[in-house]
Amino acid sequence: MAISTETFILNIGPVHMSTHGVFRMKAVMDGEVIVDIEPVFGYLHRGIEKLAEQRTYTGIIPLTDRMDYTASMSNNLAHCLAVEKLMGIKVPERAEYLRVIMVELQRICAHFLAIGAILNDCGAWGTPMMYMFREREKIFDLFEMASGQRLTYNYMRPGGVSQDVPEEFMPALKKLIAQLPGYFEEYDQLLSKNEIFLARTKKIGILTKEMAINSSASGPVLRASGIKWDIRKADPYSIYDRFEFEIPTGKTGDCFDRYWVRMQEMWQSLRIIEQAVKQIPTKGEIRSKVPALIRPPVGEVYTRIESPKGELGFYIVSDHSIAPYRYHVRSPCLINLTTLRDLVIGWKIADAIVIFGSIDICMGEVDR
Amino acid sequence: MTVALSGIEVARKLAEHFTGAIVESSEKAIVISAEQLLPVMDYLKNNPEMAFSFLSDITSTDYFDYFEITYQLTSLEHNHKLTVKTRCYDRHKPVVPSVTGLWQGANFMEREIFDLMGIAFSGHPTLKRIFLWEGFEGHPLRKDYL
Repeated sequence: MAISTETFILNIGPVHMSTHGVFRMKAVMDGEVIVDIEPVFGYLHRGIEKLAEQRTYTGIIPLTDRMDYTASMSNNLAHCLAVEKLMGIKVPERAEYLRVIMVELQRICAHFLAIGAILNDCGAWGTPMMYMFREREKIFDLFEMASGQRLTYNYMRPGGVSQDVPEEFMPALKKLIAQLPGYFEEYDQLLSKNEIFLARTKKIGILTKEMAINSSASGPVLRASGIKWDIRKADPYSIYDRFEFEIPTGKTGDCFDRYWVRMQEMWQSLRIIEQAVKQIPTKGEIRSKVPALIRPPVGEVYTRIESPKGELGFYIVSDHSIAPYRYHVRSPCLINLTTLRDLVIGWKIADAIVIFGSIDICMGEVDR
Repeated sequence: MTVALSGIEVARKLAEHFTGAIVESSEKAIVISAEQLLPVMDYLKNNPEMAFSFLSDITSTDYFDYFEITYQLTSLEHNHKLTVKTRCYDRHKPVVPSVTGLWQGANFMEREIFDLMGIAFSGHPTLKRIFLWEGFEGHPLRKDYL
């Protein structure tokens, strides 16, 4: 006699370690298998888009820090690029290089966290995360030297950066550059051929090419599905056209590929930083002359950058006042979650947690 | 470098296939009438010359007289982009056709606009508030909210 089963609703989150913040998944379960899920957002909604309409263009920068707080530098850059495009401001050479160095360090930083977190979700509780945090702290030390902050940097300004790096920054950065390959290799050995990790991630949560494009996935999630699309190459902003680097892509689009793409991207980021350190002018302006109260001409702009999570776009409508008329953020974290439902249906609950972890989101940016 | 297609050029091509669809066109963007939004978007996505397979972003702006919905389209094949807009003049019950049938990625973007700007998207599979709770009054991003 067949056993008849009844579906039931299981609440995952909002406060749960595997939800990377405060996120709730209302899952309809058939035993251990997920039949349907409904993602519930908004627990961290602070209305940043509305708040920005009351603030000056420089005053918005601290708000952008608090969107994707694991990649504040990228958010700063995206905002500043948008304002610069509206105003037609040119950025001094040294500032451009400083920006690229910071943003690429931030990418390594964010990918460390992403990889640490996916291992947490696989059940390797704590230890891999702490390994990742060991090096992440070293990058934070550099950021602290430059901006005085360890998480929300408020470092970049329209027209450049807020302050030049201190003398001890460059030697410390060079020291870290020499150390990083050793760390990357260590992780590669520990993880990329780890049998348990492979069993938990290979062929799990496959996102096909067509699905990835159709659902507007971006960043490592899109590239893991085998699409060579990186805005740094496809639509170079800042000075990215001056650097040599490759775009790592996955083959199948499963959880392992998403991990693997991030791993390879860290190597590429390191390559960019090495080149930037060689090319950066030793002295020079770090901020072009920009009025204290920025009043961009009437118009609108959409700029996008390749943040660690994907395509981070800023849409600003200006009415020639000191605050934007409309301020909108295209959050890669929120939009990458579109596919979550399709990915997890039919998998067991433990796999769903890994799939969710492999998308790598930051709730601060999802909810804004 | 991603080429930003000229709105005027695209409008000229669209005019061959659709009559009365283009409200306005400039170098930066084209404005499509809400009634013909879906067929035009379908053309932009599936025409091999355009091939806008990737929907980057949807957002909305409140201009008091009308709401403007802005679509940022990207073609991964040809590496070009285009800004498409549509307008909605009804302030009390604004409705615009949903593009979720063409791009699944529009799902959360449209829900966000529905939640914060109060524009409904006809044909959306699960149109409900995304960030704010059910029962919340008003739509914060509207200019008359505060």
